[in-house]
This record gives sequence, C-alpha cells and structure tokens, in this order.
Amino acid sequence: MSDTDAAKEVTLRASNLSRNYGDKRAVRDVELILHRGEVLGLLGLNGAGKSTTMQMLTGNLSPTTGAIHIGDVDLLARPAEAKRRLGYLPETPPLYKEFKVDEYLRLAARLHRVPKAQVNDAVSQAKRRCGLAEVGGRMIATLSKGYQQRVGIAQAIVHLPDVVILDEPTVGLDPNQRKEVRELITELGERHSVILSTHLLEEAETLCDRVQIIDKGRIVYNDSIESLQQFRASQSLHVGLRQMPALAVLAGLPGVAEAQMEADGYARIVHAPDRDPTDVIVRAAVENDWGLHHLSRDHASLTDVFSEITKGASSANGEQVPA
Amino acid sequence: MIFTIAAKELRQLFASPLAWVVLAFLQVVSALIFLSRLQAFLQMQMQMAADPNSAGVTETVVTPVFGTAAILMMMVVPLLSMRLIAEERRNQTLVFLFSAPVTLTQIVLGKLLALVGFLAIPTLLIAVMGLVLLMGGAIDFGLLGVNTLGLLLLSATFAAIGLYVSSLTAQPVVAAVGTYTILLVLWLINIGATDPDSPMHLLSIVRHFESFARGVATLPDAVYYVVMTVLFTGLTVRRLEGDRVRA
Repeated sequence: MSDTDAAKEVTLRASNLSRNYGDKRAVRDVELILHRGEVLGLLGLNGAGKSTTMQMLTGNLSPTTGAIHIGDVDLLARPAEAKRRLGYLPETPPLYKEFKVDEYLRLAARLHRVPKAQVNDAVSQAKRRCGLAEVGGRMIATLSKGYQQRVGIAQAIVHLPDVVILDEPTVGLDPNQRKEVRELITELGERHSVILSTHLLEEAETLCDRVQIIDKGRIVYNDSIESLQQFRASQSLHVGLRQMPALAVLAGLPGVAEAQMEADGYARIVHAPDRDPTDVIVRAAVENDWGLHHLSRDHASLTDVFSEITKGASSANGEQVPA
Repeated sequence: MIFTIAAKELRQLFASPLAWVVLAFLQVVSALIFLSRLQAFLQMQMQMAADPNSAGVTETVVTPVFGTAAILMMMVVPLLSMRLIAEERRNQTLVFLFSAPVTLTQIVLGKLLALVGFLAIPTLLIAVMGLVLLMGGAIDFGLLGVNTLGLLLLSATFAAIGLYVSSLTAQPVVAAVGTYTILLVLWLINIGATDPDSPMHLLSIVRHFESFARGVATLPDAVYYVVMTVLFTGLTVRRLEGDRVRA
C-alpha cells in the first residue's frame, strides 16, 4: 500500500472478527480496513461467510469476538452513533412493498436521523443518484426487480453515510440493470467508501480498488485488484483449427505440456507457467495450413483462483485450512 | 423515533383492508348492542324511575357495550398484531429497522404504540356513543371515563401479548393462533376457582376489567394491566436481542 493510501481517512476497521454458530465457526479472525473513496470487494463462494461478516459490520449480528469501528466510533459500544454513518443493503432488499418510493425513502432518512428540514432534499438527491426520479410516486411492489434494487441502494445512501455496505448488489439483475448498478457503485465509491460482496470475479475486477477473498470464514487474500490478476491468468489456451492435426503434433510443439481435444475442431493446450507457446502455435498453424480461426487464453474461474490462493496461503503460512 | 416507527406501522396497517374491516366490525357490533340496551332501558324507564336505587342510563346502556367491546377486542387484536414482527421477519425487512440508529426498545415501543393507537380509535368511538345519550338526559361521566380507560388498558395488554407472540415466529397465522391461546387462557384462568380468594382471580384478565366496568376499579386493577403490558413489551425486546445474538 502506498503512502498516499495510508494517509487516507479510515472509515471502517474491523479486527479479529469471529462468529460461531453453535460449534461451527462461520467467520474467524477477519480483519478489514476501509478508506474513504475506496471500493473494497469481499469475494467468496456462497456460504464462505460474506453475509455473516456484513451482518456483523452493520450491527445486525453480534460477533463472538472482535471489534468494529466506524470512523472512530465503536459499533458495539455506541451502536446508534455508528449506525448513522452506515448504509446497508442486505442480500434481500428490505423493502416495504406497500409503500411508495418517496414514502419509503423519507422513512429511511428519518430513521437515520436526517433532520426534518433536510429530509426532502436528501430523498430527492438519493433518487437522482439512483435513477429513481421518475418513479417517486410509484408503489415499490409495482417496480421491476432492477428498480427495487435501486430503491434498496437509495435507502442505504439517503443519509450520506461514510460507509456503504452492499451484499451481492447485482444478483438477479439482467445484464443492463447490472451495468447500471455497477456504474452507480463506482460513483458511490468516489464520495463514500463501499464494501461490496460478490461471488463474481469479473465484477470485483471492474468495480473494486481492493479485494479481500474470504474462504471458509477466513480472509485468504487481501491486496489490490492488480495483484489479483496474476492468479487469473491461467496456463491454458483455447485453440480453434479448421484442419485439426493429430493431438500428438500439437503436444509436440515447443512449450506445450499437454493437448486435449475438445468438441468441433477446438483443442485445449496447457503450457508451463514460464513458457507461453502462443507465437509457436500461430507460426505452426500458418506453416501447416491448419486454418487457425480462434485462439484465446482461458480465464481462471473464481474456484481456480481460490484453490490457487488457498494453496499458496496454507503452504506459505504453514497453516491448516479449517475444515 | 418511536413516533416515526409508529407512523410507519400505522401506514402499513391501514394499507391493508383488514384494518378497515376490523374498525367497521367493532363499530357495527357495538352499535347493535348499544341500540338493544337503549331499547331495554326505555322499556324499563318507568319502573326504574320509581326505585331511587336502580341503575342509571350509563350503567344500563354503556357498561354492557364496553363489556362486549372487551370480547370483540380479544377477537380482533391477534389479527392485527400477528403481522407486526412475524411478517417483517418473513419478508426479511427487520434488517431495515435493525440497521438504523434506533434501539430495539424504540422499535418495539413504536410498534406497540401503533397498535394501541389504532385500538384507541374504536374505544373512543364507543365512548362517543355513550356521550350521545346526553341528547336525552344526564349521564355518569365518571363511569363512562373509567370504562373507556379500562378498555384502553385491556387493549394495550392484548396488544403487548400479541406483539410478543408475533416476535416468536415468522408465520403471522401462527402468531395469531398463539395469541388467541394466551388471551383465552388469561381470560378463563379463574373459571375453576370457586374460592373467592384464589390467586387465579388476580391473574384473570377479565376480572380486573369487570372492576372498571362497574366503576369500582382500584389501583391494583390498573397496575395489573400496566405490569402485563410492560412485561410482554420487555419480553419482546429480549426476544429481538436474542435474534441478534443467535441469528
């Protein structure tokens, strides 16, 4: 982390956060730091402990151990004061569907102690930022899922909190709605600080400045998004050839470790990490007239990245990944 | 904050036709009882006038209306209270309140206040029915006032019990049935107690109301309702706290 980052105001700090459900440890020893103007991605598979962590950060769940500070306010000791600086969109947006959008947002503003005189301003600003200006008079139940999600985000930001926590904000949206919500989150990151959870790697890549990967309740990775890229680049290529040669020929090319046939004139070529055979394949394809029409690098899935990272983490620290 | 939450609950209550149907039901049934008692009073008026110790118009007409209203309240409160927490739990909207800078006590009191406020509407309308008798003569304002107060306290107790049961489940219908069970048990708890000093009489929710109805309520009668209301409100807060710890 650079010096300028370190100088930025810390808006949320969680230390040593653990949560047990009976004997099961859902979250253990989670450390989080969030700075103003930052979007932090909490990445993990379903059931990894993302939602549990977020519920603790927003005061909806008592941690078994650990401390949470919003700015300099202790969430556990002074919850009311801390919650004023927090906005939270849980996985299921907590919407009162029989309310009109305006009514609902006014209620959210009042409950978050926006002074009465400023409530109308706060509501119209939140609506404008979330693209809800047109639907203020509509009943929430009559809105599409994408709009309901925006109402959910609007209630989380109506009181201009320092920290906005969004749990899987783009799940269940169609690609257009997803794009709009992502644009909104990027904008939020500029003025507030945002923690968002997702199980989509490319979403974290497009939205977040920094990611923490959570697996089986513990943070296994915490770095900038750029550093994550190295785990994403895989060692396999996807090749499409009109005249597919024998597999042995492909496997015999310099740098190629393994070649597998796939459907309809496609092959998967695995290579050693330090020897990229892309140029070799292209040259061979031209010389032998194989009719190359497709060549792409496979992107590692989140599962692959996880296994890569968890492997690295457990061997580096000599720790056991908890069962 | 309590009032903000209460306003939200009332807004939700009146968004469903149930609230309006309940108000109409209470009004129609009490009016029928009122009319039949008034007719009976008019028929007995001559005999009663001859006896200086006979009951007055308030006692003959108004008291039975409040007595009926108490039974009606027992019938409608579980229907109104069942959704207060159970439905929010089912729809996962409780988190909206829990994430806001309000305490659990404020949330629970807001919800209780909304329901008691709602029940105050039919209670006051019944009191107005009594006041209508002024058109024909004098009424006993004291008795009318004590009856109104008694019905309000009784409603608040019903509401607190309903709110508590609603906090135990995510199924509004289960909450309603549970509340009916508790209210009936408290209503009938002294049914088998033949000994007039039996402690069961102390627990009976209806016996204390009878003191209000006859206009002879003492402080312990009022304290009973206050204690019950506070007790169940406190239990509701405890239960929601448990949610946060156990989840």
